[in-house]
Amino acid sequence: MTADGAALAAPGREAWRMFFRNKAAVAGLFLLIGVIVMTYIGPFFYTEDPSDIVARPLKGPGAEDVPLLGTDYLGRDVLAGVINGGSTSLRVAAVAALLIVFIGLTVGSLSGFYGGRIDSALMRFTELFQVLPALLFSLVVVALFEPRPLTISIAIGVVLWPQLARITRAEFLRLKNQEFVKAAKAIGASDLRIILRVILPNALPPIIVATTLVMGSAILFEAALAFLGLGDANNVSWGLSIGLNRANFLTSWWTVTFPGLAIFVTVLSFSLIGDGLQDAFNPKLRGR
Amino acid sequence: MARIAQSLGLILAVIVLNFSLIQLTPGDPAVVIAGESGAGDPALLAEIRADYGLDEPFVNQLGSYVGRVVQGDLGESFFFNRSVVSLILDRLWPTILLVGAALLMAIVFGVLVGVFTARRPENPVSHFATVMALVGFSMPVFWTGLLLIILFASVVQWLPIGGMRDVQFDGGLIASWVDVARHLVLPAFTLGFLYIAQYSRLSRASMLEVLQSDFVRTARAKGLTERVVVYKHALRNAVIPVVTVAGLQFGSLLSGALVVETVFNWPGLGRLAYDSVLRRDAPVLLGVLLISAVLVVVANLLTDIVYRLIDPRIRVGG
Repeated sequence: MTADGAALAAPGREAWRMFFRNKAAVAGLFLLIGVIVMTYIGPFFYTEDPSDIVARPLKGPGAEDVPLLGTDYLGRDVLAGVINGGSTSLRVAAVAALLIVFIGLTVGSLSGFYGGRIDSALMRFTELFQVLPALLFSLVVVALFEPRPLTISIAIGVVLWPQLARITRAEFLRLKNQEFVKAAKAIGASDLRIILRVILPNALPPIIVATTLVMGSAILFEAALAFLGLGDANNVSWGLSIGLNRANFLTSWWTVTFPGLAIFVTVLSFSLIGDGLQDAFNPKLRGR
Repeated sequence: MARIAQSLGLILAVIVLNFSLIQLTPGDPAVVIAGESGAGDPALLAEIRADYGLDEPFVNQLGSYVGRVVQGDLGESFFFNRSVVSLILDRLWPTILLVGAALLMAIVFGVLVGVFTARRPENPVSHFATVMALVGFSMPVFWTGLLLIILFASVVQWLPIGGMRDVQFDGGLIASWVDVARHLVLPAFTLGFLYIAQYSRLSRASMLEVLQSDFVRTARAKGLTERVVVYKHALRNAVIPVVTVAGLQFGSLLSGALVVETVFNWPGLGRLAYDSVLRRDAPVLLGVLLISAVLVVVANLLTDIVYRLIDPRIRVGG
């Protein structure tokens, strides 16, 4: 194991150096840190309650006695909504991503490691989830059960795992016949140990890239569900603000533009980081 | 044939999944049905259960559900008292029109940009395409739609805000097509936007590869003009990966259509699904889910056929 670890560390360090030299990736990292600071530290500095009515409704930015980014259809502070709207989105997306990684890794590793009938059965199962339009299936799940944060995370998790399962499977297929795996088998390591301790650590880079990108998709899904009125109505979120203000968006662009910008920046940060990791850990794909 | 059998298997699996979702849903359907007629005493509930076969074992219920669905019976809408199938048929064409237009636009523009950037790699357009792919992926579709409406229907009033036809429309057949096309532009662009950039990157990569290959060199050596080499010999090969990916992305296009139809009031399946959620109309919602899965399966089969037309070397197994 130590030998594997040492062999891994060297290219790993080189990859990180490449990652930090990639301007787009570093920009993504800063954007993400910015979003996290705004969401979790911002409320201590900008203490306006996002559900309080602070001024006349639908007043644009720059009008007199109006908060910086204007007010929404009820007269609530748009800026306070943007600052406080992120925690729900990020939490729901993070829980969904955990679920996606768990299902994806389980299905992908079993499928790739055992092959044969287990593989074809699991791949059929994966295909089933790939023919269902993902957002529609999430919508059905949330609509039939209740729109609570955990239900929403599950609804997003159960539709977005196939990609991760396929990537994990491909890595396991690539690695399972290599020397170090044969060596582990020869000394009598159990299947579970080989999967978790021998193959998985070596399969991690593409899995981490896919997880970063899937965080972006999960945030987009959460926002779309909230926009369609299937979010958690008890907490402010970016998607929910846009959905609620839809009736007046033509005359008051600020009510939908700023929350949308927040979603865009958050997803963009994950895309940039994901692309940077991809380039760093798989230099063969560079320049595509 | 093997492909078709496999597809039918997938559809059957979706039907079973649909049924399981109904079963998993909290709440007793007999109480719901009784609630609609305004009463709920135990005798009536037992009668309803017997009428609808709700007292039978799970496997029998599943069997009769699959039987009904296969015969084209998706049940009745709770809200409209109409069969789900007729509701869906009304909404099917607008969605196919929207998704088809978005896909066609994405492939045509994507490949054009891809070919252009492959031949002039250092052109600013190439870098712009890379940036747009990233931006397109990160923008929530509904937000893109709302911004486009603000821009093109409000700031400059070139295009309609939403819907599929003008409410006061009155004119001939051709004029009505033009009317629908005018309404189609913004939603189709909103939906296709993300894919244009993606496909341009894909076709650029494969174009660069193809232009290096031996048969292109042969074609050039024969003295064919650059135009013939690029558009007749190389393009055909550069389109293949785009078609593959486009076929695989049909499901995500339908997901996008769900949001786009809601934003633009486009009377398609996505809008129907959204309205059904608001009306708590579960049979319609599950019907839309099933039909969408069927559409995805059909799209995948069509992709195989298009493949064969573009590249005669590919033989579909079976």
